[in-house]
Amino acid sequence: MSGIAVSTTINGDEVEYLCQADETLLDVLRDRLEMTGTKEGCGTGDCGACSVMVDGRLVCSCLVLGAEVQGSTIETIEGMADGADLHPLQQKFIEHAALQCGVCTPGFLIAAKDLLERNPNPTEEEIRFGLAGNLCRCTGYDKIVRAVQDAAQEMKG
Amino acid sequence: MGFDAAFEKKKKLNSVGTRPLRPDGVEKVTGKARYGADFNMPGQLVGRILRSPHAHAKIKKIDTTKAEKLKGVKAVITAKDLPDLTDGNSDLYDVLDNCMAREKALYDGHAVAAVAAIDAATARKALKLIKVDYKILPHVTDVDEAADAKAPLVREGVFTTGVDPKPAKPSNITNRSQYGHGDVEGGMAEADFIVGRTFKTEQTHQGYIEPHACVASVNSDGNAELWVCTQGHFVYRQNCADLLGMDASKLRVTSSEIGGGFGGKTHVWSEPVALALSRKAGRPVKLVMSREEVFRASGPTSATSIDVRIGAKKDGTVTAAEATLRYTCGPYPGMWAELGAMTAFAPYDFANVKTVGYEVLVNRPKVAAYRAPSAPMAAFAVESAVDELAGKIGMDPVKFRIKNAAKEGSRASYGPVYGPIGIGPTLEAAKKHPHMKAPLGKNQGRGMACGFWFNFGGQTCSNINIGEDGTVNLAVGTVDVGGSRASLSLVAAEELGVPYEQIKAVIGDTGTLGHNDMTDGSRGTFSSSLATISAARNAISIMKERAAKMWDIPVEHVEWENGHAVAKGKKYGNLPKLSVKDIAAKAGRTGGPIAGHSELVADGAGVSFATHICDIEVDPQTGATKVLRYTVIQDAGKAVHPTYVEGQYQGGAAQGIGWALNEEYIYGKDGRLQNPGFLDYRIPVCSDLPMIDTQILEIPNPNHPYGVRGVGETSIVPPLAAIANAVSNAVDARMTHIPMSPPRILKALETEAAE
Repeated sequence: MSGIAVSTTINGDEVEYLCQADETLLDVLRDRLEMTGTKEGCGTGDCGACSVMVDGRLVCSCLVLGAEVQGSTIETIEGMADGADLHPLQQKFIEHAALQCGVCTPGFLIAAKDLLERNPNPTEEEIRFGLAGNLCRCTGYDKIVRAVQDAAQEMKG
Repeated sequence: MGFDAAFEKKKKLNSVGTRPLRPDGVEKVTGKARYGADFNMPGQLVGRILRSPHAHAKIKKIDTTKAEKLKGVKAVITAKDLPDLTDGNSDLYDVLDNCMAREKALYDGHAVAAVAAIDAATARKALKLIKVDYKILPHVTDVDEAADAKAPLVREGVFTTGVDPKPAKPSNITNRSQYGHGDVEGGMAEADFIVGRTFKTEQTHQGYIEPHACVASVNSDGNAELWVCTQGHFVYRQNCADLLGMDASKLRVTSSEIGGGFGGKTHVWSEPVALALSRKAGRPVKLVMSREEVFRASGPTSATSIDVRIGAKKDGTVTAAEATLRYTCGPYPGMWAELGAMTAFAPYDFANVKTVGYEVLVNRPKVAAYRAPSAPMAAFAVESAVDELAGKIGMDPVKFRIKNAAKEGSRASYGPVYGPIGIGPTLEAAKKHPHMKAPLGKNQGRGMACGFWFNFGGQTCSNINIGEDGTVNLAVGTVDVGGSRASLSLVAAEELGVPYEQIKAVIGDTGTLGHNDMTDGSRGTFSSSLATISAARNAISIMKERAAKMWDIPVEHVEWENGHAVAKGKKYGNLPKLSVKDIAAKAGRTGGPIAGHSELVADGAGVSFATHICDIEVDPQTGATKVLRYTVIQDAGKAVHPTYVEGQYQGGAAQGIGWALNEEYIYGKDGRLQNPGFLDYRIPVCSDLPMIDTQILEIPNPNHPYGVRGVGETSIVPPLAAIANAVSNAVDARMTHIPMSPPRILKALETEAAE
């Protein structure tokens, strides 16, 4: 059973892999590349736990095929911190206790980073609708929204 | 261990009550934290489970020959590979039967066979090659239909227990329980106003974002390992060992980081299957449930039907209250209605009260605990009736509740006499809260409701190990579901008198600590803090002995103050104090490693009460609702890490909001679940909710040195009723069926218009 050869850039590194035609990008990241920071909550694009950026677009990696991303640039949670320096969103999530179990957190961080890059000064409502594709069952979202608000303030400098 | 009032009076608490960063935060925001599905073993196979598409069917024959012959398939198992070793233990037999159906498939999603293969594609192919010959049987999924004498029987030979004489005919009702005191009919005769209604709630799922996942590896010598997301790895170990005929000591279970549980990860499902596959294949097996499997085969809570009748005098004194509660259990007996019957009237001091619970079998998945299991539905029924009764009398609903609230010395409706409790204070706080006085607009309604949960203690074992450099490892056996490593590190820091940063808390695996019960019943921080306090005090007493040796003075002259051994008395007072670091550095010469252990049953979990207030807007044209404002007021006893206590309050409220307004299992006439996914089973998203305000009250638990009570569960108890009361006030019609989805609200509006 031969695989499909794919070349991509993931978190700045050139990565090549072989995958089957029916494998999702999420499967490739988690099972072939051992990048388990991206989580699977549903496999049907409903929970956002597998959110990654593909060529600057926020996607559910469970809805993208591994073979589709030939030549693409992918960003995952593993690339969000700059070495030992956390991204302001990562820091604010910890400070505000915006995670309890933490399994939805990688997806929320990817989605929130994308939101703030598109809209550096979001209202509470814009944050709530901007993150409506990510499910969290622990926090009731209150502390997540506050963490994003605080990070937005800090990123504006 | 009793409450130490000195902590409060002298404000002696230095660490407990502060809000430091959690120790596992960086791992979790960088994606490094390893959850159930994030672990792999060499030579690992992929496990998959075949599930019944029928709600109720006899399994006539399973033919696995073709699947076994498929290249890449390493093991295929059915119930035959999980022989019955339960030796008459019917509870354990039910767990076994739920893991792998034996004679009958009892619900849509019931496991009937499983495979282990070299990859997922092969495993999926193999499942399709397994032929199951079913004889479809009549099924029943609705609670009231199942309780009816004419209903198809889910199990054979079930005669209701708890009734005398024993019924002549079998039924789907496994047990009747009763609680209360006084003379209900006599009390009703004294009432000026009586409210009586029937309420229904639909079945919901805990909805943790992480599906069940494990990696099992069984060796030919009987040693085995299990990596698993669970709320209780010690309990999983014993269950799996019992079901597979293994020595518990040889099965090492490591709990992964857990991606939410809420009670749903207190029961084994796929773990014994993964172990059986590994045993047969001789290789490690990873088994991860899909979201569809999570909905069809794990969780959920009971669907209920509840009759309530409450009578009161004109002055607002309740004279009698009674409730009859019917709860679904899935196809196996449970005590879910009994928990409802115990909690229903717990916030109140009623002279005459009676509750009766009926456990009802249905062809739905086996019910699992869900955050304060059974209490939210009972509270929905009771608190709705209480609100309606206050309205009939013409009393403010908060004042009516205050007048009838239980207090210290009241006899609880479920039996015991209360110690110091928080129901009165949460109601008084609600009365004074600005939320109560905020103006409301058109189509908007305000509701409030109270909630109760027992809280549990249970078996707990912790270790404190002091390193050679004087830093501290705290090993606990209760899984950290939402920040307890932070709170327990605060407790260890408090006792030892060292900074929080000097403590590193870990969850020990089953080989490193004595048995620990589950993280359930809101026991994690309560029970493990008791064990941590006790372990720290044991470590301190050893460090005092070591300091005495270092100084060569009698140990009676050594005290422990602010993280240091201090020599006391005229004779020794000039000796310079010794830090943990100083003592640890010399440990090799004063008696060896320093550790404090604790093994205890954490008795005395203080009961917990909450009052919630919410404002809802209803769109009269579509029946759609919007939560405008939400306030949680709850007694924590003592908030160890207040930020994470707030998080528990907010999270429980959000789950309750979802339950009240949207979430429900929808079954077709064929008994199949029609919405096993997050698209059609819609849990609240960020844009559905407002900020959730919290107010922490601290009425000390007399059975804990700092006054700590469990805080995790009570927050899900009031929302169903609080929201139902708000919607009822907004539309001026009593809502009696949860969830209050737009069609149900429209129906209520139409009925009201017709009247």
